[in-house]
Amino acid sequence: MKKHLWDSLKVLIVMTVFTGLVYPLVMTAIAQIVFPKQANGSMIRINGKLVGSKLIGQNFTGDKYFWPRPSAIGYNPLPSGASNYGPTSDTLKELVETRRKEFIRLNGLPANTRVPPGMLFASGSGLDPDISPAAAELQINRIARARGFDSVQTAQLRKLMQSHVEGPQLGFLGDARVNVLELNIALDSLDVTSR
Amino acid sequence: MLIATFGIFGTHDAIQIGVFLLALILLTPPLGGFMVKVFSGERNFLTPVFGGLERSFYKISRIDPDQEMDWKTYLLAVIAFSLVGLVVLWLLQVTQAYLPLNPERLPNVSWDLAFNTAVSFMTNTNWQSYAGETTLSYFTQMAGLTVHNFVSAAAGMAVLLALIRGITRKSVEGLGNFWADLVRMTLYVLLPLSVILTVILVGQGTVQTLSGYAHATTLEGQKQVIAVGPAASQIAIKQLGTNGGGFFNANSAHPFENPTPLTDFLELLSIILIPSACVYMYGKMVGSKRQGWVIWGVMVSVFCIMLGISLYSEYNFHPPYVSTPSMEGKETRLGITNSILWEVTTTVTSNGSVNSMYDSLTPLSGMIAMVDMMYGEVIFGGIGSGLASMLLFVLLTVFIAGLMVGRTPEYLGKKIEAYEVKMSVIGVLAPGAAILIFTAIASITKVGLSSLNNGGPHGLSEILYAFTSGAANNGSAFTGLNANTVFYNITMGIDMLIGRFVPIAAYLSVAGSLAGKKAVPPSAGTFPTDSVLFGFLLIGVIVIVAALTFFPVLALGPIVEHFLMLVGKTF
Repeated sequence: MKKHLWDSLKVLIVMTVFTGLVYPLVMTAIAQIVFPKQANGSMIRINGKLVGSKLIGQNFTGDKYFWPRPSAIGYNPLPSGASNYGPTSDTLKELVETRRKEFIRLNGLPANTRVPPGMLFASGSGLDPDISPAAAELQINRIARARGFDSVQTAQLRKLMQSHVEGPQLGFLGDARVNVLELNIALDSLDVTSR
Repeated sequence: MLIATFGIFGTHDAIQIGVFLLALILLTPPLGGFMVKVFSGERNFLTPVFGGLERSFYKISRIDPDQEMDWKTYLLAVIAFSLVGLVVLWLLQVTQAYLPLNPERLPNVSWDLAFNTAVSFMTNTNWQSYAGETTLSYFTQMAGLTVHNFVSAAAGMAVLLALIRGITRKSVEGLGNFWADLVRMTLYVLLPLSVILTVILVGQGTVQTLSGYAHATTLEGQKQVIAVGPAASQIAIKQLGTNGGGFFNANSAHPFENPTPLTDFLELLSIILIPSACVYMYGKMVGSKRQGWVIWGVMVSVFCIMLGISLYSEYNFHPPYVSTPSMEGKETRLGITNSILWEVTTTVTSNGSVNSMYDSLTPLSGMIAMVDMMYGEVIFGGIGSGLASMLLFVLLTVFIAGLMVGRTPEYLGKKIEAYEVKMSVIGVLAPGAAILIFTAIASITKVGLSSLNNGGPHGLSEILYAFTSGAANNGSAFTGLNANTVFYNITMGIDMLIGRFVPIAAYLSVAGSLAGKKAVPPSAGTFPTDSVLFGFLLIGVIVIVAALTFFPVLALGPIVEHFLMLVGKTF
């Protein structure tokens, strides 16, 4: 057994050097050279200031912006996570009912509107950067009102939103979605240029 | 362009599943054939790249790769290696504050959490009591977790190779050399695939950096600290090595671990690719590809049935307070189908990574995840260990078939006698016993119940899921359960150890016994094990063993919850 333990230690050390240091460090070097933007988190800077990452959702509560999905962690990535409420959870039921009412009220929608499930249920990571196109569409009138858009500008806003819809990747993978942060940044510049 | 109508399973969803299965079928034979070459020590196309490195590995560690080990020596080597790994990984965590590459100055990990995580990674379970971004330094993730992602997978492969040699060799004691198997698996199979996957993942947006966390000011002026790190290199092997422990807390639901539907597809394929190739390799090694394909057919059939049930439940059942399937715990870019496809793939293999949160699945869908693991991870299963456990079921099936027709059971020319059957039964039942005993203890003690996140039958499911995941060395979770307590860290640790080492001891003792036997030529009385009929028998034995052991507790958990959910009961 003593020989086995000694052999084990030697093999583990060699393996650690190779798979635990050389492999990740070489991969980091390659990643930083070939894909520096992605490797560092697809960060978005405006006028040199870091406003977030394309891939990490952030909270929007103001009427002038598209809202993201509910998040169990309030979009604070330390640490990421979900509510983990099961389908028979009281708390989840109450949350969903409140979210539905609030979404309809705050967006000024008819009471019988079918709110997309993405806006009723929190995401798995708590950092979902996307919403469904349907969820974005339902927010357009509220944003237009808050920004004082006329009908021409509202039509531009709708077009802008539609141009941000990403279909399934390679034509068949995943669901259609809209990146909330990118759309909101585009929305801010639309607001500036259309005035 | 195909756009799915939300909440309805359509062509778009069927195509994704179809392409996944097609890719799996196409990639299985070439990888399996390549592995045959690697483990027989034959020259392969990577020998010019890694041959010299392999030899220097042996030279530095002064190991003779050609020295044959009998089953006891082989087992001792596995145990010694695991023990040393456990101690070193524990030490790394409890001293990480003093070690380099810790830009966020994360403190030392507590002793019990470090124990749990060390056992978890050493046993190829990769249960996450820790939250990567707030618990572990980059150094711990790289030099600790990543290393074990490689070697625990390679060790699983090694014991399978020993078992296969036991079946194919005649009247000898040697089952090969553990160190050579370990090194070859790591260098020729795991490492090249990980390198390829890492590069693609980074290209799609998975982070790979040594910088500290980024501090952003959002459009609305809030502060957001964005956790980053050398994630892609770890995620690649986490998926390929049936490991599953996330770099981040939310695992592959986290946009930095799994940024696009394409990364999701590739990570998904990586989960099951090597376990699937193992089966093809097995067929080739025992000299009959048909033997391999029959087992593969059994695996893929059970996989498809489980997938069908889980999809049906998720699309068709929901609580009455909503009118569509639930998106709780799911990501927009992945949607329901990809979440469920991943759920079934990660639980039939012993991967355990997640791209949605299983605590929030519909009860029957969550139950499918548990049943997948309760089979004992034999439907593809963990690298090596999955097929090895499946072979124990094959021996049991041969034995039962032999009893039915009144002949001495044989498998591939070897007589199956009382010793092999006893060991197989121990290997198959030990994890189940651990699951039920620990679940019972946790459900009746205050410390066990105080960690629950959900009430009613779902609470029982949370406990049952945890111990099932541990004993099956899976690592996925109903994450609502607060498992980072001394009680769960320790009991889960023991649960994982039983689930890993009792079956390994069983494979190797069976291998040793079979290797020593003479071959008997097949006769008219031999029950053929490469037929569809045998496949059905094998499914029957697997289902009966799992169903009889676990049906009562499943009835009290997910099954009763399903009916309560439909009538709108909440807790």
